[in-house]
Amino acid sequence: MELLKSPPPPIRRLKLEKPKAAQEVVAPPVAGDGNGDTLGAPGGFTGARRSIGAPQFSIRRMEVDNLSVSYAEREAVKSVSLPIRQGEVLAMIGPSGCGKTTLLRSLNRLTELTRTAKLSGRILLDDVEITAIEPTLLRRRVTMVFQQPNPFPMSVFDNIAYVLREQGSRRRRKKALEPRVHSALDRAGLFEEVKDNLDHPALRLSGGQQQRLCIARALAAEPEVLLLDEPCSALDPQSTQVIEDLIVNLRDDVAVVIVTHNLQQAYRIADHVAFMYLGDLVEYSSATALFGSPREKRTQEYVSGAFG
Amino acid sequence: MESSVATPPTAPPPNQPPPRPGKDAVEGSATWRLSDRLGLALCWGLGLLFCAIAAAIVVYLLVQGIKYLRPEMLFTPASAGFSQSQSGGFSDAFFGTLIVATMGISIALPAGVGIAVWLVEYGRPAALARITESTIEAIAGIPSIVLALFGTVIFSSTALGFLSRSSEGVVFGRSFFAASTMLSLVALPLVVASTREGLNAIPQHVREASYAVGKTKIATTRRILLPTARPQVATGAMLGLGRIIGDTAIIVVLLGATQNFAPVEGAAFPFDYLRGAGTTLTNFVYEASPTGNLNQPEKAYAAAFVLLLMVLALNAAVDVVHRRARKVGTWSS
Repeated sequence: MELLKSPPPPIRRLKLEKPKAAQEVVAPPVAGDGNGDTLGAPGGFTGARRSIGAPQFSIRRMEVDNLSVSYAEREAVKSVSLPIRQGEVLAMIGPSGCGKTTLLRSLNRLTELTRTAKLSGRILLDDVEITAIEPTLLRRRVTMVFQQPNPFPMSVFDNIAYVLREQGSRRRRKKALEPRVHSALDRAGLFEEVKDNLDHPALRLSGGQQQRLCIARALAAEPEVLLLDEPCSALDPQSTQVIEDLIVNLRDDVAVVIVTHNLQQAYRIADHVAFMYLGDLVEYSSATALFGSPREKRTQEYVSGAFG
Repeated sequence: MESSVATPPTAPPPNQPPPRPGKDAVEGSATWRLSDRLGLALCWGLGLLFCAIAAAIVVYLLVQGIKYLRPEMLFTPASAGFSQSQSGGFSDAFFGTLIVATMGISIALPAGVGIAVWLVEYGRPAALARITESTIEAIAGIPSIVLALFGTVIFSSTALGFLSRSSEGVVFGRSFFAASTMLSLVALPLVVASTREGLNAIPQHVREASYAVGKTKIATTRRILLPTARPQVATGAMLGLGRIIGDTAIIVVLLGATQNFAPVEGAAFPFDYLRGAGTTLTNFVYEASPTGNLNQPEKAYAAAFVLLLMVLALNAAVDVVHRRARKVGTWSS
């Protein structure tokens, strides 16, 4: 982190108590978006109940502007523009191979690890282009949770401490890191379950606990944006429920972007939904609008289960 | 189908599925077709045969070794004598083996792990990676006697005179330095291959998880990848050590194969010994065997038994590393 050539952009960690600091506060999407709202959607999309209330505030943190990503010959994302806001959960849905994961990975420059990937367009984090931010610093501000639970093969404590320590460092006094490790585990709702076993190997936890540990790990860096790539697809329904609640609780502290195959899940937890198809952003609107009265025909077909 | 169960060797007619096992039934080979059953029998037979061969070697050496090995042999140097009671032990060979093993692997292990990390994690430019790969494979295929011959050319050069005995501009070119360096080449491909295997087994998303919390590639390699690949690195080191301990050609050509240490006068310890000629257990076994110059087969058995114990100890050590790694667990796929 000391190797930064340009001065780091100001990091703004916004807390719920002071939403007034926002540069842009948009109104909550649609009235009647309240808790427990049941929806009479087309194609019998009625099963889910919204598990979240309307956002209390919403601040634009990231801006995807005309982003295209291509791998060798294939164009995975085609001129996509959308905002990412703190105070809200943004869900990206779409059939496999539609570019939603590529878009997600572009947000913290993980696509750069794929040698054939080519990006054009801009992505802004607090009005600064992310290509101007040193990657390791950016990735601490925009952290990511993956589809497979992937704790590191070390103890529960060290999994979190790894994030807090300097790049290559192995040990710093455990005592000094303890409060931050505990609070990260607590934010991921895992602390009570593992507090007596912090020295146990993380890979011995259950799948759901492992995934929450990964979320705790992503939160330990105190990010401003949290990216989740199908975080529940390898988990049982009960763990999924726990993690969904967790995601909703996080939306005031970090901007949350979640990629999901599970339409019910998107409907349950998202404030805004982006539907992608073959690299195009077909529709971006509030969850109630997208599931209730989609503007595009393809969206309607997809959310009613016609394809994908 | 009932009859085919009762009279095993007849193959069930083709295109007919094997009988459905009942609720508590365990699939048995009785329902397999004949060729599959022959294959199974062959596997069993070969497996048992190799077990028997390995057991025979170990048991035979164990019996002979216990019969002839005296602890003082490990601490008495060999000496000239007409009978086996006068010719001393093989302490110089024993410590010689320890020295070449330590020196050889301390070159091969860091170099091999470094090469493997570069190949798997970086590997750019691709052409250089390909060349490196085939070079390593080539080294793996070179007989050690050829490496030894090549070593004499290198280590007899005047520039490397400080690594062996030299007098009046003539470089002897045979020393522990020379032998260990070439022996490290014998171990290197094994370390590289095993470490690569370990690194390749780590899912890509684990690396990305580390990058995604702002860690650099180097930090990820040091703190996540290498610790995860530790069992495979240990296996590679063990295989490499086995090859180093077991090699004879390089010892004969590059270590001088004297029966005693021949330290260089005037050099500081330990360089006087390391620059001088010496021997190892394999060479001692060869010389003490009926075809060798010493012709004292009882001591050959004793020395071979010590060699065997060393290899078994290495195996046990690697097993401990693997066991510890299993305790940590791995990712579900």
